[in-house]
Amino acid sequence: MIRLENVTKNFPGGVQALKDVTIEIEDGDFVVIVGMSGAGKSTMLRCINRLVEPTSGLIYIDGADITKVKGNDLRKVRAKIGMIFQTFNLVKRSSVLKNVLSGRLGRTPTWRALLGLFPESDIELAIQCLDKVEIRDKALVRADQLSGGQQQRVSIARALCQEPDIILADEPVASLDPPTSHVVMRDLKRINRELGITTLVNLHFIDLATEYADRIIGLREGELVFDGPASEVDEKTFAEIYGRPIREDDLRGGVVEDSSTDELAGSGAYSD
Amino acid sequence: MSDLQAQIIGKLRGGIYKRGFLLALIVVFYVLLITDLEYVPTRLSAMSIIKSAFPPDWSYAGSVFKGMMESINMAVVGTVMAAVLAIPFGFLAAFTVTGKKGSQLTKTLLNADRSFPELLLAIIFVRAVGLGPFAGVLALGLHSIGTLGKLYSEVVEAIDPNPVEGVRATGANSVATTWFAVLPQVLPEFVSYALYRFEINVRAATVLGFVGAGGIGKPLILNISYRNWDKVAMIMVVIIVAVTLIDTISGWLRSKLV
Amino acid sequence: MLTVTSRSTLAEMKAQQNKGLLARHPWHFALLVFALVYGWSFMRLGVDPIMFLKGFPQMGGLLRRMWPPDWAYIPAMIGPLAETAQMALLGTTFGGILAVPTVLMAARNVNSNRGIYLAARTVMNFIRTIPDILLAALFVPVLGVGPLAGAAALTLFSFGIICKLSSESIEAIDPGPLEAMDAVGSGKLSQIAFAVVPQILPQFTAHVLYVLEINVRVAGILGMVGAGGIGMWLNTSMAIFQYRKAAAIILMFFVSVMLIDYASRKLRERLI
Repeated sequence: MIRLENVTKNFPGGVQALKDVTIEIEDGDFVVIVGMSGAGKSTMLRCINRLVEPTSGLIYIDGADITKVKGNDLRKVRAKIGMIFQTFNLVKRSSVLKNVLSGRLGRTPTWRALLGLFPESDIELAIQCLDKVEIRDKALVRADQLSGGQQQRVSIARALCQEPDIILADEPVASLDPPTSHVVMRDLKRINRELGITTLVNLHFIDLATEYADRIIGLREGELVFDGPASEVDEKTFAEIYGRPIREDDLRGGVVEDSSTDELAGSGAYSD
Repeated sequence: MSDLQAQIIGKLRGGIYKRGFLLALIVVFYVLLITDLEYVPTRLSAMSIIKSAFPPDWSYAGSVFKGMMESINMAVVGTVMAAVLAIPFGFLAAFTVTGKKGSQLTKTLLNADRSFPELLLAIIFVRAVGLGPFAGVLALGLHSIGTLGKLYSEVVEAIDPNPVEGVRATGANSVATTWFAVLPQVLPEFVSYALYRFEINVRAATVLGFVGAGGIGKPLILNISYRNWDKVAMIMVVIIVAVTLIDTISGWLRSKLV
Repeated sequence: MLTVTSRSTLAEMKAQQNKGLLARHPWHFALLVFALVYGWSFMRLGVDPIMFLKGFPQMGGLLRRMWPPDWAYIPAMIGPLAETAQMALLGTTFGGILAVPTVLMAARNVNSNRGIYLAARTVMNFIRTIPDILLAALFVPVLGVGPLAGAAALTLFSFGIICKLSSESIEAIDPGPLEAMDAVGSGKLSQIAFAVVPQILPQFTAHVLYVLEINVRVAGILGMVGAGGIGMWLNTSMAIFQYRKAAAIILMFFVSVMLIDYASRKLRERLI
């Protein structure tokens, strides 16, 4: 269980990214956080694994306060939280397998890591994670040889390889085209269902949010303005969260890629 | 464990053994290299040198300044000479100007020039024009033409052809085209490289005096031979301060250029 | 009637005119400064183009005395030549080894500790100011006459250059993978091994090979201050007016420089 209590984040220069946010997230939830750019979604996510330090407030994970932990303890906390980035953040020159294995670095002794001597069980686990995102055949390929969608799947595999309790996904589909976006969201949802990993996803595409989320959290200018099940949300709610009417580019468009047909029927904004 | 898994693990492990073996070979090679080095042990230890070097001989500072100034002057004149003379070479060595064969020829020439260590040139010039800073200027200048020529040629090869085409299209002849379209693109980079070369030449100028080519080098080597470590320390302090200053100014200028 | 755009352009032009004389003509000012510096240097040196013309016949005389090179002397030069190469190789290797931790410590995006960063930067800048031959001249009294002094001098010299070149590479890396490794909970060393090293390895190797090329040339000269290699023989032969032997040495030197350049270029091509 994740619990944020009165979390505030001020950046130097006077920007208040988070204002007194309090949220509780149950184990196994699939939560989508929506809001305009700059609303504080990214900051909130990064506070949970302390890539960003909250200015004040407390954050509990499974009952333990993680706001003050340092050094090895912080690493142990992070090892159990997998993060997926908008820019994938893979090491381009390394192979897919090496990238996925790097998910184990939170638990691997340094000497093993430097020599590349991961235990066999780790390698098996990495291959299984590749299976889960259906990209095993690319295991020994260099990461920069893959398409955007494939790279994101590798980064999901890396997160899975951490055997995490929580997955944080910061705008995972913003750099992908509409059909691939749906594939990635579907993968995240499936992993959440099958493995029970608590998943928090930042999105600014509201159609993806309503399609995949169980629960939706809305942020506006650093404040929590909505928290409820996805079924209760409609266009009016979103307009309230955003503070303005909904536009064409707030929608992703496209449909879920059906493996039995190649046809992509869809409307909405195709960004490439 | 499936086939792919076995294959992957095999590949990872095998790679490690191969690399380990290679590393061991290299280590053995280096150990041999090091133990083969002969040296003549001296009665001086590093500690005794450092102790007699402090405090530096401040009274000596006056004459050191003069010598350092001479070295800097040498570097200035030599670099300017090279910076100007290298311009035609820079163009000649660019394959966009002289084609593959011509540029290869020029580049080889420039390479040969670059390979002449400044000290060697200095020795030759001392025999030719006598002791003193003139030999040093020539040595620095001639050597720098090689490096600057090569760097200039890379700049010329990388210019944007569009403005050149644009100016030509207005009916301008070669000279005007060069002046309006090529020079504005290459001059800032040329100057930047020349400044970079100047930084290096100041360092080189300080040691050219070792062979009598002027500057602070002569008093430096004399003091080292006489083991006047405190004077040596003073000279080094001046050199380090001067070089750092020049580097900083030059670095700032270069950042404003490009 | 003035439109909005032309009004703002007028305002800009007025602001431009109000700037100081210096700011308006930076190029002219720079040229003035430059001319002053050059003129001053020229005056102080008492340098005189006439002298140069007079010197030509003397130089010609010298070159005549050096021709033809003493071919018979060449076999005796192989040993010292090998010693020169030895010095260059050792200096480059150990300089590179020392450079690795230093340059990582001197990179803001890798090292967050300000004290260590400043210390590393200072050491780097300090060593870089000392010319190669000076280093050799200082090592000879300590380590004795011979190639050990030369190797030691080249080590420090290489260290300085490799540090300078590589620190620019490190600051230019993609910070994404580093962030990802941080999020995974990896220790600092493993982060560097997995996210930094793969990105800079090709450039670092290119730098090392470049320094090797420089070192071979420099090593040939270090002997003039007693630090081993063919420099010592060159000194002796010039001193006793055996110009033809000197010519032979210079020739051999060039041949070896070109050989090593060629090998280094081939190696670089295979890496990239």
